[in-house]
Amino acid sequence: MTALLEIEGLHLGMQSFDGEAHVLNGIDLTIRRGEVWGVVGETGCGKSLTGLSVSRLVPTPPARYRAGRILFEGQDVLAMPEGELRKLRGRHIGMIFQDPTTNLNPSFRIGDQLVDVALAAARHSERITRAAARDLAARMLDKVGIPNAASRLDDYPHQFSGGMRQRVLIAMALIGRPSLLIADEPTTALDVSVQAQVLALLKGMVAETGMAVMLITHNLGVVAQSCTHVAVMYAGNIVESGRVAQVIRAPRHPYTQALLAAIPTRHVARGALQGLAGSVPDLLAPPPGCRFAPRCAHARAACAVLPASVTVEEGHRVACVLAHA
Amino acid sequence: MIRFLLRRLLLTVPVLVGLTALVFIIGRMLPGDPVALAAGPNASAAEIADVAREFGLDRPLLTQYGSYLSGLMRGDFGVSIFTRRPVAEDLAAFLPATLELVFAAMFIAVAIGLPMGLATAVWRDRWPDAVSRVAALGAISMPRFFLGLLLQLGFAMWLGWLPLSGRFPITEDPPPWVTGFLTIDALVAGDGYAFGVACQHLLLPALAMSLSPLATIMRMMRASTLEVLQQDYVLTERALGLSRSLILFKYVSRNAVAATLTVIGLYFGWLLGGTVLVETVFDWPGIGLYATKSVVSQDFMPVIGVTLVIGTIFVFANLLVDVMQGLVNPRVRVE
Repeated sequence: MTALLEIEGLHLGMQSFDGEAHVLNGIDLTIRRGEVWGVVGETGCGKSLTGLSVSRLVPTPPARYRAGRILFEGQDVLAMPEGELRKLRGRHIGMIFQDPTTNLNPSFRIGDQLVDVALAAARHSERITRAAARDLAARMLDKVGIPNAASRLDDYPHQFSGGMRQRVLIAMALIGRPSLLIADEPTTALDVSVQAQVLALLKGMVAETGMAVMLITHNLGVVAQSCTHVAVMYAGNIVESGRVAQVIRAPRHPYTQALLAAIPTRHVARGALQGLAGSVPDLLAPPPGCRFAPRCAHARAACAVLPASVTVEEGHRVACVLAHA
Repeated sequence: MIRFLLRRLLLTVPVLVGLTALVFIIGRMLPGDPVALAAGPNASAAEIADVAREFGLDRPLLTQYGSYLSGLMRGDFGVSIFTRRPVAEDLAAFLPATLELVFAAMFIAVAIGLPMGLATAVWRDRWPDAVSRVAALGAISMPRFFLGLLLQLGFAMWLGWLPLSGRFPITEDPPPWVTGFLTIDALVAGDGYAFGVACQHLLLPALAMSLSPLATIMRMMRASTLEVLQQDYVLTERALGLSRSLILFKYVSRNAVAATLTVIGLYFGWLLGGTVLVETVFDWPGIGLYATKSVVSQDFMPVIGVTLVIGTIFVFANLLVDVMQGLVNPRVRVE
């Protein structure tokens, strides 16, 4: 299978009052058609910035791309003029964000917003009429499970519940039939019961369209349930990546192991849950070499040099000196 | 919507009654003796008393207020003790001129202020933004009558492009009265020449009045646009491939205008009250000039009448803004 998205050695600096923070420190990630990638990591590890970078939505300044390429279907997104980018967005790359209450424009009927996205996506291929776009919008709403879809096109966002709004946003992200969907914590702001529904919906849409997905989350449970692959991020690096079965069943990086050890299960006795000591490094002055070393139980002299990512088995890559041996 | 309007209309009644009481009492407690002034310099005490009796000014204040209120119900604003003309007739004659001026000024302020606010937000911290910031500060700080004098000096005296003052040349026939707005009446009559002349006269005073609201509207629009641009839904709209102009002119501007509407409504009332000075400078035959002349001659009935009319329009302008808020922002729409 050919690669749909290839991120190679992506370095991103973010200007702040105290200097430039080195927030993405050489990201390598390849997503092929049909793969569902979970990108996990704690707050501030750079997972959202990685997702936004794919559509080049990170504002520059304050951000600055220092090195690397992002190839979407072989074309470098970082080198594209704005007009080319717009053809990509919505039509080839769909995006869903965290909070459905703030991601729909409150002053416009959802039909209006859906139709405009559909028209924008069709603008670069076969043009469609507004009426046709409206039909398409109604069909999409119906697909994402909104009852009486056609009549609800004329409703405003505040007339929908949080879960329903996320369904509308999913319909909006998919109306241009993108080949890659980037979902940035799409269920974090929802009730647990609604989370399950939205995840099931996403899964169904992926199965139906065969699109590739980059699901950004901090919930390993979501990854285990819905993804085929996973990339674990820590402080601007992908420390481990591979098939979900490989990474979750046999984690090789100490950070992945620590993350998994911190998940409560039925068999863990009260008080036996292991947290991770220390806190994420200051990205204005990150530790040299491996950024996880200060918190790592296995840290050694060799960690002072940034460990290269090595393949430990087919498709399973780990960036740790432990795996080098 | 109908119920919302009715409730708001009902709420305006106590406001307006309170306004009449306040204005009436203040009008009567002003120093000076308008009756003696109206009776003439050589009037005897008996003649002055006759004038007072003729206008009912010898009765207790509360009785006078009562009869004034009952007169208002019938559309009677009392009689000027100076010209002995009914105030209602004078108001009907002068109000259209003032409204035309205020509408023109508001039109200029909104038509230029909103787009400029949007533009300066997009060009934030670049030179057009910096220039507009200084200009806006100047425009807000400068007194309107002074600005009016400067405009007269520049465009009427030096350049000679526009007439110095007045509303229509005395030597020519104005278009037949339909609405009282000369520009509209000229259009109704199909008189292009009269329309041009009316616009020429309107331009300078309207400019003088519009600059300060224009600057405020622009700054408000800039601030609210910047706020809207930070919203999550703008990122979503960009992420899904909507063009920059569609996002800005359709999706961002409506949200930003909603926040600016309140200021526009407030300014409408503020302009009405503020026409007094500009109308005096430009010799514009509106209620402001009428009020000035009445104040000078201590003729309180017209003063009370003008205040009431301005207050009433102010209240309704705010009501209109609330209705428009509902049109722009679906969340404040009342079922």
